[in-house]
Amino acid sequence: MITQTNHLLAIGLFLVLAAAIASAGEDPGQTADQLTADEIVDNAMRVSYYQGADGSARVKMTITDPQGRVRDRELSIIRRDDLPKDEEDKNDEFLGDQKFYVYFKRPADVRKMAFMVYKHVNAADDRWLYLSSLDLVKRIASTEERTSFAGSHFFYEDVSGRNKEEDVHELLQTTKSYYVMKNTPKNPDLVEFAHYKTWIHRKTFIVVKAEYYDDKGEKYREYKAVKVEHVQGYPTVTRARMTDDRIGGYTDVEYSSVKYNIGLPDKIFTERYLRKAPIKYLR
Amino acid sequence: MNAEMPLLRFLLLPVLVAGLAFLASAQDEPDLPDGLGDAPELPAGLHADDEPADEPDLPDGLFDDAPPPDEPSEHRKTLRDILDLTGFLEVRGGLRTQRDNYEKDASIGETRLHLETETRGATSGIEAVADFLYDPVLNRPDIDIEDGQGWIDLRAANAYFTPVPTMDVKIGRQILTWGTGDLLFVNDLFPKDWVSFFIGRDVEYLKAPSDAAKVSLFGENANLDVIYTPQFDPDRFITGRRISYYNSTLGRIAGRDAIVQAQTPDAPFRDDEVALRLYRNIAAYELALYGYHGFWKTPVGRNAAGTKATFPRLSVYGASVRGPLRKGIGNVEIGYYDSEQDRSGSDPLVRNSELRMLLGYEQDLPRIAKDFTLGLQYYLERMMGRRAYRRTLPAGTPAKGRDRHVFTVRLTRLLWQQNLKLSLFTFYSPSDSDTYLRPNANYKINDHWSVEVGGNVFGGKHRTTFFGQFENNSNVYAAMRYSF
Repeated sequence: MITQTNHLLAIGLFLVLAAAIASAGEDPGQTADQLTADEIVDNAMRVSYYQGADGSARVKMTITDPQGRVRDRELSIIRRDDLPKDEEDKNDEFLGDQKFYVYFKRPADVRKMAFMVYKHVNAADDRWLYLSSLDLVKRIASTEERTSFAGSHFFYEDVSGRNKEEDVHELLQTTKSYYVMKNTPKNPDLVEFAHYKTWIHRKTFIVVKAEYYDDKGEKYREYKAVKVEHVQGYPTVTRARMTDDRIGGYTDVEYSSVKYNIGLPDKIFTERYLRKAPIKYLR
Repeated sequence: MNAEMPLLRFLLLPVLVAGLAFLASAQDEPDLPDGLGDAPELPAGLHADDEPADEPDLPDGLFDDAPPPDEPSEHRKTLRDILDLTGFLEVRGGLRTQRDNYEKDASIGETRLHLETETRGATSGIEAVADFLYDPVLNRPDIDIEDGQGWIDLRAANAYFTPVPTMDVKIGRQILTWGTGDLLFVNDLFPKDWVSFFIGRDVEYLKAPSDAAKVSLFGENANLDVIYTPQFDPDRFITGRRISYYNSTLGRIAGRDAIVQAQTPDAPFRDDEVALRLYRNIAAYELALYGYHGFWKTPVGRNAAGTKATFPRLSVYGASVRGPLRKGIGNVEIGYYDSEQDRSGSDPLVRNSELRMLLGYEQDLPRIAKDFTLGLQYYLERMMGRRAYRRTLPAGTPAKGRDRHVFTVRLTRLLWQQNLKLSLFTFYSPSDSDTYLRPNANYKINDHWSVEVGGNVFGGKHRTTFFGQFENNSNVYAAMRYSF
């Protein structure tokens, strides 16, 4: 009996090893299938918000209301990963604090307005607004993340990234092109959705679609990436649409002049440059 | 071994399937949402080749195989980028809500063309902002570039440059603001336009321009702003021309019948002003120290003959902190107003020294409503040397209290996808028993047109207090603006 058990154990061990070797020997792309839900979300976060050490883009938003009336927003956005001093990020794996600077160009009534955010992963963000006509640097309370950004259908959180730890992530499905994720908020009182699903492109980890559901399981909000370009080797969404049935209408967003690793100095994200826009980086 | 491989694979398959099934049952499988309902609930991974109905098509530029070469998009330069001229055209009208024996019934009636242009180079630039006005209410055709009267109000005309990387310089006419208060100012001694504020112009006109040189130095540990104004820039204060006020000499409310005659110190480089701010951030907190040397910004003194209002000498020393507090933003600001010509407080013709303090808190209230913000402030003006003040107060003049307390509440609500802004700003002083309410509704019809209505409502128990004296000036206004 004892020898028979040992024999079976040995076969079992052999099988496990063989399975490992067999799978390792197959298409290397297959290893990605073994990513956990959290790893997939990390990769998607990185591709959406953290590519390179910094970046800049011109943004055009076209807001269409339910009656078909259109409003335009034009702004420039720059971003810098706030890497702790003496730390290196050779593999671009950093997913920590960031600094954002948004400079409005249109419409005329918000022109030259500047908005600065210190995004903290483990604390509330710090936000400042500069109103040029008053030369006023205003500090803004930031408890609400899911409120419209510049009157569009995008929320602040869509622009700077929703903290991964605020949701529980499950891999629902792996299709030929996508990881289909279900993301459920840990604290449902803070958000307007019951859960949302994301379709993450397996090859690039681009979020191609996101659908937001209410507590009756009805979809009311949808994000869709419409165009992706490869900028300096980084896959980048350059056109997207957010539709929201509760608000009505949709916002199309278009990114142009996208640049990565432009060597943004940290000092750009200070009061000095709120009052005097760093035009060099905003063109 | 070769012969055994197919057998091994054959054996492996059920093991793998069993393993996957085990993993799948171990996790709490969520219900598939509508649209996926027809599909059987199978564990993740076994759907690998399925294409569910709601699966998005790959967007332009994304492929399941190798990515295409880079194709960065280029921004096209528009005429707008080259010729940088913007502004607005506005018509604004307002009426007093009650009769004022000393002023016209119309509180405001003007057509304003606001033009802005800026040219920027790598380290320098020039900026010009001018307002052209047509105003039948005031009917005063002569231009005064200093107090903004007449058909042109030049709001900015300056040049700025960065001579060394750690220094910015801006010279010329400019709007200047610092400090932490919301419509209350302790260490911001740059000129304000109280007339514009009270008659219902856009809040940006509360700030009057300074003709000054601003030098900013940026260091590792702190930053320093030095602003030198060679010729004193007073506030555009209440003179009686547009707004009636309490005239202490006459002992009654006065207006166009008794326009304040002020002796403004105006000798260049002698009647000058210096304002300093030393500031830095520590974590999320903004700390600042302030200094000012110049004059009271409104004519709080009188000449010996009692015929003219004067601007006594003033120095201010202050500090402020602003940063996150609980779920909002808190701020504290203090300032000591050293009334240099009456340090003892015994000169009845010169305002005494004061200690001014401000506490503020602002928070959004998402649980009550979306885009809803509450701001609260407490402000204190404490008179120094009050014993001397009481002793030397001319007989018959009502004595001011030692403290003036002011509370403010700001409620702001954004509606209709942030195109409608409703706000109410309330000043209330328990010590003066007076109030000042600023309701406002602004609607952006589209990217060019906006309309607004609002009011300035003053009330008080006495006609001698700061807001109480303006009771007959309570007004409502409406405006329409085309921005370009």
